[in-house]
Amino acid sequence: MQEILQYLFSGVTSGAIYAVIALGFSMLYNSTELINFAHGEFVMLGGLALVTLWGALGLPLLAALLISVVAVAAAGAVFQRLAIATVKDPHPITLVIITVGASILLRGVAMIIWGKDVHSVPFFSGHASIDVAGAKLLPQSLWIFVIAAAIIVALQFFFKATLTGKAMEACAVSRRAAWLTGIPTGRMNLLAFVLSTGTGAVAGAIIAPITMCSYDMGTMLGLKGFCAAMLGGLGSLWGALVGGFLLGILEAAGVGLLSSGYKDAIAFVLLLLILYVKPSGLLGSAKVQRF
Amino acid sequence: MTRKPTPKWKPCGIWLAVLLAVLIAAPALAAEVYKIGGLFSVTGPASFLGDPEKRSLEMAVAEINAAGGIDGKMLEAVVYDTEADPQKAVSGINKLINKDRVLAIIGPSTTPATLAVKGFAERARIPLISCAAGIAITEPVTPWTFKTAQNDVLAVAAIYGHMKQRGIEKIALLTVANAFGESGKQQLERQAGDYGLQIVAAESFGGKDTDMTAQLTKIRAASPGAIVCWGTNPGPAVVAKNIRQLQIDVPLYQSHGVASPKFIELAGEAAEGICLPTGKILVAGLLPPDDPQKAALNDYILRYTETQKMPVSGFGGYAWDAMRLLAEAMKGTGGDRAKIRDNLEKIENFAAVSGVFRFSPEDHNGLGPEAFVMVRIEGGTWRLER
Repeated sequence: MQEILQYLFSGVTSGAIYAVIALGFSMLYNSTELINFAHGEFVMLGGLALVTLWGALGLPLLAALLISVVAVAAAGAVFQRLAIATVKDPHPITLVIITVGASILLRGVAMIIWGKDVHSVPFFSGHASIDVAGAKLLPQSLWIFVIAAAIIVALQFFFKATLTGKAMEACAVSRRAAWLTGIPTGRMNLLAFVLSTGTGAVAGAIIAPITMCSYDMGTMLGLKGFCAAMLGGLGSLWGALVGGFLLGILEAAGVGLLSSGYKDAIAFVLLLLILYVKPSGLLGSAKVQRF
Repeated sequence: MTRKPTPKWKPCGIWLAVLLAVLIAAPALAAEVYKIGGLFSVTGPASFLGDPEKRSLEMAVAEINAAGGIDGKMLEAVVYDTEADPQKAVSGINKLINKDRVLAIIGPSTTPATLAVKGFAERARIPLISCAAGIAITEPVTPWTFKTAQNDVLAVAAIYGHMKQRGIEKIALLTVANAFGESGKQQLERQAGDYGLQIVAAESFGGKDTDMTAQLTKIRAASPGAIVCWGTNPGPAVVAKNIRQLQIDVPLYQSHGVASPKFIELAGEAAEGICLPTGKILVAGLLPPDDPQKAALNDYILRYTETQKMPVSGFGGYAWDAMRLLAEAMKGTGGDRAKIRDNLEKIENFAAVSGVFRFSPEDHNGLGPEAFVMVRIEGGTWRLER
């Protein structure tokens, strides 16, 4: 019983990480119908920025966190302006390939700036684990969980209750119709990128103490986050959360109940099964078919 | 009618003559220097090996040249980056053999890359001195392949010897799912019986995994007397942190794969009390004055920190030793590869950074168990055990 609970905690810890990354994918898809394969790299930039600002320069944690997120979001804006907005024929495949190229570029730049070594930062609040019925949970996992939930609530509020949010959703439904009603679609696209890369940076910064940071951490995290987003239903914010936790818990259960050798296999086979039964993901709507 | 095609050919003829002249002159030019090839994973996942190795090779070459070269001939290093990818290593060795026509090759840095290029060196009859640890490189012995890194086997023997002293009987293994981890696991399983150890759990983790508490929970349920983790950063640091998190009160052993200050930095407080085998370079200052390697170690460390302006790494010594062994073997051969190979096999009692080399036709690694020492991490630094 104690073991089962510990597997659940392991799953929740990795699951929360996947969920926050999936959130960025889903959010951007929700507003632009674009899948940003450089998202993992923005997560990496967030983590490494925190390493520099908090770990090396010794700024207060909150300030370091804020500056990291703002800086990465600004990088996201520059990326959108230079590489996405300038494309003459914005066919989805063209844009996806551009994001793949951007991910390679960002990885290279990060390697030059931060070097090839792995960097680490301390936990936000102590490293004594919390004891729950014999199983141990890291305080950092709680941080991740709380911040992820806060981001989702804030985004949900933004999309459902503010005019800008609704305008952004309108762009995703029909870009042309939104433009005809006077919504500045270009600016909405930019905003979507800023928000998405910003959440990516938050993800990178809050997971840095657990995962440690290196220039090449983005690829695997991006892949896992993408899987979580697909699992939950691309475009659905709550789906990203559910998908992330499900993926994490499945992985941990696979290790505990079967074998650690099959960890990734179990998770991905289940992903295939779920997508086979319900192609739009657990909480996704059928409109995803358009892509 | 009056035009003739001859003017077209005239410049061509000149170029042909130039080309011929170059072709004839090229071997004469090449003989002025001895070219040494290097294959290191300078970038990519194993850059922590290849980067210091490349620096060390270039340092050794510069030093030998400053001292007048070998038999009056200067050395030139040609280095290609393998990115720890066996395919890139193969294209690298082909360039070294066919384009650069090097005399001997140092590297690659990793075992899979070495195994991939080994056959090419054998076929081309070029001495290859690998900097990788896998035992499969020199066992079985092939005529042209040597290596300077200590075998995994010796690291496992050092760990198990230490466990026996502490009276540990049951152990659990946690290995990374790649060539390094698999090779370590094989050796750990093979030698356990010799030391009367029983393996009660064997788990693995992915090189980029961020949480190993699930594996450790399973291991804890098997109640081992010690845990052996086999991997390279950052995985083992995560394992150390997770063990602290789960409050598993069992000694943790790590492999020589994390024997660098980086590991202590990454694992932080969780590194305290961890035991691991390492080459003597990490604890050079703590060695007794009568240690045969002391002089070679101090010399290398001093030069490295002076010329590279960075702390010495535990891995660059493999390339440094390889170049020094090669220089020793090249003396008086006039650049004949077969003679260099024969001389390498005859090297005896060569005190170097990674150990005291004793090559023979049966042993192309030439290192004994004394090449490894056990260290314990205490107060954020290394302490020599025993």
